[in-house]
Amino acid sequence: MTPGANRNCAGVVYVHKEDNMLRKFALASIMLIALNTAFAASNKNSIQVKGSDTMVNLGQAWAEKYMEKNPTDFVAVTGGGSGTGFSSLISGTCDIAMSSRNIKEKEVALAKQKGINPNEIKVALDGLAVVVNPANPVSRLTLDQLAGIFTGRISNWKEAGGKDEKIVILSREVNSGTHVYFKEHVLRRNDPNSKEEFAPGALMLSSSQAIADELAQNSSAIGYYGMGYISAKQKAVAVAKDDKSEYVEPKIENVVNGKYPISRPLFLYTNGVPQGLVKKFVDFTLSKEGQDIVLATDFVPINR
Amino acid sequence: MRKFKEFIIEKLILFCGLASILFVVLIFLFLLKEGLAVLKTVSPFGFLSGKSWYPISDPPQLGILPLILGSLMVTAGAALISIPIGVACAVYIAEVAPAKTKEILKAGIELLAAIPSVVLGFIGMVTLVPLIKNLFHLPTGLTALSGSIMLAFMAMPTIVSIAEDALYSVPKSYKEGAFALGATHWETIWRVMLPAASSGILAAVMLGIGRVIGETMAVMMITGNAAVIPNSILVPVRTLTATIAAEMGEAVVGSEHFFALFAVGIVLFIISFFINVTADLFLHKRQS
Repeated sequence: MTPGANRNCAGVVYVHKEDNMLRKFALASIMLIALNTAFAASNKNSIQVKGSDTMVNLGQAWAEKYMEKNPTDFVAVTGGGSGTGFSSLISGTCDIAMSSRNIKEKEVALAKQKGINPNEIKVALDGLAVVVNPANPVSRLTLDQLAGIFTGRISNWKEAGGKDEKIVILSREVNSGTHVYFKEHVLRRNDPNSKEEFAPGALMLSSSQAIADELAQNSSAIGYYGMGYISAKQKAVAVAKDDKSEYVEPKIENVVNGKYPISRPLFLYTNGVPQGLVKKFVDFTLSKEGQDIVLATDFVPINR
Repeated sequence: MRKFKEFIIEKLILFCGLASILFVVLIFLFLLKEGLAVLKTVSPFGFLSGKSWYPISDPPQLGILPLILGSLMVTAGAALISIPIGVACAVYIAEVAPAKTKEILKAGIELLAAIPSVVLGFIGMVTLVPLIKNLFHLPTGLTALSGSIMLAFMAMPTIVSIAEDALYSVPKSYKEGAFALGATHWETIWRVMLPAASSGILAAVMLGIGRVIGETMAVMMITGNAAVIPNSILVPVRTLTATIAAEMGEAVVGSEHFFALFAVGIVLFIISFFINVTADLFLHKRQS
């Protein structure tokens, strides 16, 4: 083979790489365009619901049941995250935003500018479980200890009543509402001036399932996720507000009666007071049937 | 009329030829436009040498030194593993293997190149990660080393096929001359063939590294993604590519975080570009 032929061969690889890169960015731009245009304004008998990834399964279960009862109506549910839901509500490309956090002042201001008036409706509760491997002797922790562990001040299990082992922190990626909630309510204890952050050494995993899998095989790991993901392969620890309070297990009844300290409300946001089809759907989610679906998807109902 | 037709076709082909260059330039301009906006929040030096990556805090901390070092650590590890194996494999295929083995090996390497990276990542997650954890008694197996090993598999096909071509294109007279002077087969390979093909082999290595540094899915799944400055290859790292992939989904369009991710893209683009240009220089050197 001549050197020229070889040059060609290298050239192929070269182009292939560039092509890969191009594809990556093309994808990113397609995603951006899709954000703006795909969920175009709704017509009379269809509504768009968008937002929190935590709530996608719940939203879809609601939509399926609702459409079964009202075959002429159409409800489309998509995820993307709480922030994505708010930006679609503000830009008028969805009718209902699902969110696992309250709307931020910045977002309200932006909405007002666009003539949108966000209206908050609490539809369910979600308990965040702190989870360890079943082989870990630690089975209860205070919020202070949790903050210490996840910020890296407590780095060995023996400081929290366990074996002499380095603690491996598992966290969700920063795009997750669960990550944000845990940081604000456990690490920063709801203090807006607090500068606490997850330890830089915390492993960032891309899904709750990935955290559950790693916990199942790693005896020195600790992680957090929605109560729905707890299984026999992991052990959820009981949590207390401080060392004088009672340690509470992450169970549905403890979230309902407000004893469990790490639980959060889940919301739907609409533009102004819901009307027409949007009202019909929101009323359905709050009905007995809707709240049964909440329970069936491992969240905690608010109307029992 | 025929002349006119000729003219149109000529220009059309010219345009097609220039299209890829045009795309690269447009992409780079787009990246620059979006990425440079991050300089309103952080200085170029602070961005490249900052040690903390907390993009959604208020104010955000946008230091990508841990990410750059993470990418370099994984790439260096993958290079250390894939270069010796890849080059040795190329030597075996080009110089030693009988025709039949050669065909089988070449087909195998092509198959290796065809495995999607997400599949390699998944296999690494369930097999390699627990193995590394137990082997080195680590708190977790999600480490730079796991990423390096999986990426070495991805770099191998590139390195082998280009290095093998380089060895083939060494003029036959070199080899015959060495044998005529009484050199053994090994001496011929080591002292004559490898030096004669060295620039092609270097190009193969650079292109293999280029493949590794741009890889996203597999590293995101098995390196742990912790944004710390790595002090060994047995700790979790976060790479530039994984950061963009993991965070772009929910970065608010127009926020500092959004611009910072584009700036990370610029850094990645420059590294990739530099590697490809180096590879190209080696290839040209060989031709002249």
